[in-house]
Amino acid sequence: MVIEQGRPVHVRMLLFASYAEVVGVEVCDLALSASATVADALAELRLKHPGADVLPTRPLCARNHSQVAMEDEVRDGDEVAILPPLAGG
Amino acid sequence: MNFLTEAGIDTAGLVARVAGSGRGAQVSFTGTVRNHQDGREVRELHYTAYGPMAEVQCGTIVAEAEARWPVSVALQHRVGTLAIGDEAVVVVVAGDHREEAFAACRFVLEEVKRRVPIWKHERYADGTEVWVDPTDAADPAERGS
Repeated sequence: MVIEQGRPVHVRMLLFASYAEVVGVEVCDLALSASATVADALAELRLKHPGADVLPTRPLCARNHSQVAMEDEVRDGDEVAILPPLAGG
Repeated sequence: MNFLTEAGIDTAGLVARVAGSGRGAQVSFTGTVRNHQDGREVRELHYTAYGPMAEVQCGTIVAEAEARWPVSVALQHRVGTLAIGDEAVVVVVAGDHREEAFAACRFVLEEVKRRVPIWKHERYADGTEVWVDPTDAADPAERGS
């Protein structure tokens, strides 16, 4: 992704369980353009790690420990997690 | 206290935290590791979690239950490798009366399954293993505890 305008937004993406296994990474630091969304972060992850192509189009995501919509913006310093189907209990 | 624990769950300790002389009802749920799943023999389970988020979510769920019903709630979930029969999750609820205690206990367990980022790696006796995906099951209620 080209940094278009404004200050870049740095986010840390976390992957867990089956998703970490198939993509081959647990942590990925990304630099995104200003006003980037969770979906943009996921698209950037797919560019950096082709293994992420096998992730669902709209996986469950969290930003700073709360579930978040794909359309929500990310802010500098955010921690964005991609969550496989939850299986606690 | 932490909601996630790598050590065994101290159920008596959880009970002690919610018990009180004004509490006439105490309900607990214990989820244990069973030795079979979908006709396959299970050898052990491994739970992994997004720890910081899981702690936040568990705290929110407990607070929601205690706001909705006049109850006190204690909750712990194991992470790490568990053997058959090990306790994986314990919910203890104390209330003045049984109705709210039963309702709150059910609520907490269901919300843990729905909202807390914990994943279960099932390891079978035949050497194969799989990440459990409750959305794969025909009836999600059939999966898990």
